[in-house]
Amino acid sequence: MPNLGELYQNVILEHNRSPRNYRAMPDADRQAEGNNPLCGDQVTVFVRMDGDIIDDVSFQGAGCAISRASASLMTGAVKGKTRAETDALFDRFRRLVTGTLADEAPETLGKLAVFSGVSEFPIRVKCASLAWHTLRSALQGGQPQSHAEPGAPTDTNHLKE
Amino acid sequence: MATAATPALDLERLRRDFPILSQRVRGKALIYLDNAATSQKPRPVIEAVSRFYASENANIHRGVHYLSEQATVAYDAVRDHVARFVNAASPSEIVFTRGTTEGINLVAQSWARSQLRPGDEILITEMEHHSNIVPWHLVAGQTGASVRAVPLTDVGELDLAAFDRLLTDRTRILAVTHVSNALGTINPVRWMVARARERGVVTVVDGAQSAPHLPVDVQGLGCDFFAFSGHKVFGPTGVGVLYGRAELLEAMPPWQGGGDMIETVTLERSTYAHPPARFEAGTPMIAEVIGLGAALDYVERVGHGAIGAWEEELLGYATERVRALEGVRLIGTAREKAAVLSFVVEGIHPHDVGAVLDDDGIAIRAGHHCAQPVMRRFGVPATARASFAFYNTRDDVDALVRGLQRVRTVFG
Repeated sequence: MPNLGELYQNVILEHNRSPRNYRAMPDADRQAEGNNPLCGDQVTVFVRMDGDIIDDVSFQGAGCAISRASASLMTGAVKGKTRAETDALFDRFRRLVTGTLADEAPETLGKLAVFSGVSEFPIRVKCASLAWHTLRSALQGGQPQSHAEPGAPTDTNHLKE
Repeated sequence: MATAATPALDLERLRRDFPILSQRVRGKALIYLDNAATSQKPRPVIEAVSRFYASENANIHRGVHYLSEQATVAYDAVRDHVARFVNAASPSEIVFTRGTTEGINLVAQSWARSQLRPGDEILITEMEHHSNIVPWHLVAGQTGASVRAVPLTDVGELDLAAFDRLLTDRTRILAVTHVSNALGTINPVRWMVARARERGVVTVVDGAQSAPHLPVDVQGLGCDFFAFSGHKVFGPTGVGVLYGRAELLEAMPPWQGGGDMIETVTLERSTYAHPPARFEAGTPMIAEVIGLGAALDYVERVGHGAIGAWEEELLGYATERVRALEGVRLIGTAREKAAVLSFVVEGIHPHDVGAVLDDDGIAIRAGHHCAQPVMRRFGVPATARASFAFYNTRDDVDALVRGLQRVRTVFG
């Protein structure tokens, strides 16, 4: 039976209360807005690149504890990573929250493993992945993406040069 | 509407009529407080649908055989029943639709699309469900008309002074909800309709949230159109009703073409049937219409008087208890309200509120309730909403309150 304690792990509750990197970034290279039209959640992700490396990343928005904590933990996880590394991490994160991680241990995702409980609550997958879709949209810069998953951002990203 | 003559409901017995209410979810007894989204079904409705498929199924209006004849009679009998239920002047004013949304779209695409001209105005309100906003945006785009909206006051009532100002010579149609799904507000529809008709404005009432709770009298309201959904009045999904005043329906063009809505068809042209058949192209939702008939029977047996009195008591009790909780703010505190309680818990997103309640077996709705303008008006991204039906109990309210206390503990 799905367990509420598995969903709202302490790390998630703590990041919901005090999200990291929750700020606008005036010198962002790029930013994207993600919306979940089903529940009205909204997030803006800001990125500053140093070559192919994410030099700084931050977010702002309104959403539930899962979406807020996910955005917060995401910023910590991807800072200093390349685009390819970020894509790979998102791929594994998505498999974690949809319960399709196969034989990989969730621990290989580091702190992000606290979202393993989401897979028992299919309706919350979109909450956990909204910030990630929005980050990818920002990184891909300017090209509208179509996502197979619910909760994908509906807006195209806005390049700020 | 409680009167001395109103018999109290035998809740225990009534609840036994709804098999789903004895379900356990997540290991807990189900407490269903999402009735504004959809209501549960009593056994007579489930049995009517099941019996139809088991022994009565046939297409209607097109067979000479026994089953088809029986199905046709049963289907048309529900039309008569609906006409009595809403106090229409004639069954020919009752069009079966897929639901309230389709009823409103029908009016928009048939009446409004053929009547509106550039510069005309469609008057809606800030508390409408998206289904009474978007169809008007669509037809405005098609005709060059524009959409205006009556604003809300801080308690979630319509600003009637503004309504009077917005009702002008340019207004052609007024589309207003009888009861707000997001706030519970009961609007003074009879008065608004009268004001509109003085100016020759056509009126559309969204009855999705009123039909389950209040007696409906379309002639008393004086409206031209009234739409409601079967699944919110304890009937099946996929069926709804559009009442339209005969004179208007008679003058309206079809909006969908197909079988059953014609008089004659040649390869060059078709002529159309009279209402209501003109607006019911194709094989309709026969089983669902039969189920709707059983649902209306059921509601009438329970009695609108008793339903109204009990729901009013429940709302009063729930309002008092939820309002007393620390950090809880009610959204929508109109003087006239149906049994809907929208609220936010300070610092905790409604989805998280809903998830904790769900863990206790309590079903509420969390989100924007397809009423984003209402959310914007009250400066919240979403609300939690508990909505009651006559089968809910004071114990359900107590469970909700205990659940909300737990929400504060989990996120505290």
